[in-house]
This record gives sequence, structure tokens and C-alpha cells, in this order.
Amino acid sequence: MPVVLENLGKRFGSGAPVLDDVNATIKQGEFVALLGASGCGKSTLLNIMAGLERPTSGALEVPSDGAAFMFQDASLFPWLTARGNIELALQLADKSSTKASRRERASELLELVHLGGAGDKRPHELSGGMRQRVALARSLAQNRQLLLMDEPFAALDAITRDLLHDELERIWKETGRTIVFVTHNVREAVRLGQRVLLLSSRPGRVVAEWDVTEEHRTDAGRAGELTGVITRRLREEIRRHAK
Amino acid sequence: MPSNPITTEERTLPVTESKEHITSPSLKGNASELRDLEAGLDNLQSDSGRKVGIEWKRVLLPVAALVVLILAWQFYVSLEFKRRDLVPGPLDVLTQFVTMWGEGKVQEAVWTSLQRGVIGFLISVVIATPVGLILAQVAPLRRAFGPLISGLQVLPSVAWVPAAIIWFGLTDATVYFVVFMGAIPSIINGLISGVDQIPPQYRSVGTVLGANRLQMALQIVLPAALPGYIGGLKQGWAFSWRSLMAAEIIAVGGTIGFGLGSLLDQGRLLSDMTIVMSAILLILFVGILIELLVFGPIEKRLLQRRGLLAGSSR
Repeated sequence: MPVVLENLGKRFGSGAPVLDDVNATIKQGEFVALLGASGCGKSTLLNIMAGLERPTSGALEVPSDGAAFMFQDASLFPWLTARGNIELALQLADKSSTKASRRERASELLELVHLGGAGDKRPHELSGGMRQRVALARSLAQNRQLLLMDEPFAALDAITRDLLHDELERIWKETGRTIVFVTHNVREAVRLGQRVLLLSSRPGRVVAEWDVTEEHRTDAGRAGELTGVITRRLREEIRRHAK
Repeated sequence: MPSNPITTEERTLPVTESKEHITSPSLKGNASELRDLEAGLDNLQSDSGRKVGIEWKRVLLPVAALVVLILAWQFYVSLEFKRRDLVPGPLDVLTQFVTMWGEGKVQEAVWTSLQRGVIGFLISVVIATPVGLILAQVAPLRRAFGPLISGLQVLPSVAWVPAAIIWFGLTDATVYFVVFMGAIPSIINGLISGVDQIPPQYRSVGTVLGANRLQMALQIVLPAALPGYIGGLKQGWAFSWRSLMAAEIIAVGGTIGFGLGSLLDQGRLLSDMTIVMSAILLILFVGILIELLVFGPIEKRLLQRRGLLAGSSR
């Protein structure tokens, strides 16, 4: 089932609109990168899609079972182990599941993010990258078709981030989820997305979009070219606010 | 820049491999390579568990401090500035203590007080916990009763003793009432501030994971608020114990049993400083023991499991 945003708008109180007339369609199984400068309402848009906030105008079509969500910080519960965090998500997603089945599923998910041996560790014993992988496993535990990611790798070091890009791409291919990935990093958007949507700032609106083709994935020169084009367009958008 | 002569290293790679990926050509490999890379990075970045044995400093330093204090006390007494019956030495107090132990007085007083303190405290916990949770979750109720409960925390619970004696007479109910009024504001306030300090993100995660109101309260809010709640319990116990002593000193006789406060009062009536000192030291000792054996380990374990203990001087 696709995700459709139609003339979506959001304002807080009587202030200027944060989002205005946002239109987009995201196909099932697609990986879309949502790009924008800080303060352009990317996170607000994602929160609306997740059902955490309500739009003030427009229409929104998302899968009826809701969306899985991954935050910028892992937001793991510190009183639970890595496995416990995943099992809690499984329990809240399916109240009728048995303890044994949750345990087994949690092991599978830990294995999927290559953390089979770290299940009994607590969040503070894990590195930032490991925590984000547990958070990824937890969002997969929700078993929703749509996965929303709010700058999940922004706080990680470059080496870890590169690795997690590979990891996320692999998991996306294995699970066939629809992913909306919010970022302010152009290279990251081109690296991961099949399509890059550029959101303008104040009010947020989809002002441009680019397809990332197989050619861009295999040819570093072409990818660099596209990154350059998108960066110029993004800077143009930011310069508009100079006055 | 394929014609650039400087990039010799890149050109030595086979063409297919260098073009396999756009951002991280050397990282991109087969699945098992990725797994190894991650395992290596995980090991480099996470702490390998450091094993801690018994820290003798923790035991020896307080004991040494105690020995120094007792020696100073003995030294002061041996200078004989004051009459011996006004300022007895450590040995005099010890002799009195042993005598009272032989009579069974110490055991009776400690047991009576401890039993009352613990029962009074447990009643407070059972009542304060749901009240605290409801106040923390329902905003209008909290606005209404919050200032009152903070105020009660400032009010010394000894102030309730006269009222309690008028209502309940010289019975155990008087003692329990005063203990209860002493403990309950601290426990409620501890729980409320524990709930207040929950990062808002936890609730968002709960919502996204599909928790309903009850699941949110029991599986997310309550465990998240646990450190503040334990802090409140600890303070609540301290207030219980103090209130209990005050009540026992003031309310003597009737069907009220013989507690540590009563022992203290008896020492005053007999003008026997050795009894007074023994009682004070016993009250202090019980307080320290409860902290060391009950609250200390619970709190330490809780904080350790959440990674909140690093760098503290506990």
C-alpha cells in the first residue's frame, strides 16, 4: 500500500505554517530520502506520518496498521537489555504472542542486525552504532510495512555511519520495507535513497525531487555530480532566507 | 578524474571492485565481511566489562574514621574538663550498653522501634505509591494538591504528636499516625519528580510502539521513574525513623511499648548520660544499618544497571 500526502499543512497555534501544501506519493517498497535544512519541518512531517501529530489541513494516506519509527537517538529503555527492548516492542505490537515466540523472534532480529552475542547487554554497555542497530531491530519488531527514520545516523562517527548505510541497505533489500529516511546530509540521501525529495524551509514544501538510478550507484563520478546538483539547489533554498 | 596520475593507489585496484560502490568502495564487501567489520568496530567501541572485586577502601576508610572519632572522644574525656557523669567516656557507655543488653532492654527497644518504623513505613508506601502516580499523571489534581504536599514535607511531623495523642490517646496508633504523616509527603514527591524527569522521548517511543494507557503507566512510566521513586522511599524512611523517635520521646506510657525513644527519655529522667549516649548511638546505628543493608544495595544495583554510576564517588 502506498503512502500518499495531499496538500498537507501544519501550523502550531497561530504561528506561521511549518508545513504548507506538501504533496508526495511513496510507492510500496520504495526507499525515499527526505532532504532539507534544519528547521524545515522534516521531523514534523515524519511525526504526522507516524500519527504522533495531527495535520492542520490536507489529507494523508498511510497503511492502517501505522508505521514503525526510528529516532535520532536510539531511545532504548535503559532498564531493559537489548533483547528486552526488542521483546517489549514485540509484546506491544502483538498482545497475544507468547513469551517463547517473542524470545525466538528477538533472537532472529538481533541476528539480522549482527548483534547475536549482545542481546543480554544493557544499552549503556553498547556503542552508539550498536544502540542504533538495536533500535533498528526494535523498529523491525513492530512488523509494519512502513518504516520512518528521523536522522537515525546523524550522531554517529563517519566510520560507523558508512557501515550502517551498508547495513540498512542490506536489511531493506532483505525485508522489502517502505522506508522514508529524513536527513540533512546530501551524500547520505544520494547514498541510500532511490528518490530524493527536497523540502523547502518555512514553510516546508516539496520543491524538487531527483531519482537516484542504478547508474548513480555504480559510478562514483555520476553520484558526485548528482550530489553537487542537489547541494546547489539546497543552498539556493537556504539563501532565500538571508533577507 | 580517471586520467589523474596522482591517484595511483586507486588505479591499482581492479576496475570492477573500485566501481562497485559509490561512497565506501573498500567497506562494501560480501555479507560475512560486513559482519566481521561490524564485530571489529563493536569491540573497539564498547567497553569490555571491567570486573570489580571487593573494594577494601570502601570498608576500611569508614571504619578508620570511626576509630579516629572514638579516640578523640576518649582523649577529650581524659583531659577531665567536665565531670565524668556529664561527659562519660566510650568505655563507660560501652559498660552501660553491655549491662542493658544483659537485661534485654536494648533488644526490646530496638525491636519495638524497628517493627513500628517498618510497619508504619510500609503502610505509607502502599498508600503513597498509587496517590503519587495519579497525581503525576493527572494535571489538574496535581495543580490542586501539589503545593499542599510540598508544604507537608516542610512541616515537621512532630507537630502531629499533640493532635495524635488527643485523637488516639497513648496507643500505638499515635506512633503509626506520626510515622505515616512523616513519610508520605516524601514518597509522593519522590515519585512525582521521578515521573517529571522521564525524557519525553520515552513516551513517544511508547506511543509509536503501540502502548495503551495502562501499558504506558506500568511498563514505561513506572520503570522510568524508578530512580526518583527509590530516592523518595529513602527519604521517606529517614523521615519515618525521625518522626518515630520524636513520637516515642514525647508520648510515653499508656499502651505504647518501650522503644528507643522511650529509652532515651528514661536516660533523661534518670539523669544518666551513659543511657542517653547509648540510645543516641543505637538510633544512629539502626539508621546506618538500614541504609547500608537495604537502600544502598537497591539503589546501587538500579543505577549500575542503567549505567548511571560511572564517575560517581559512591
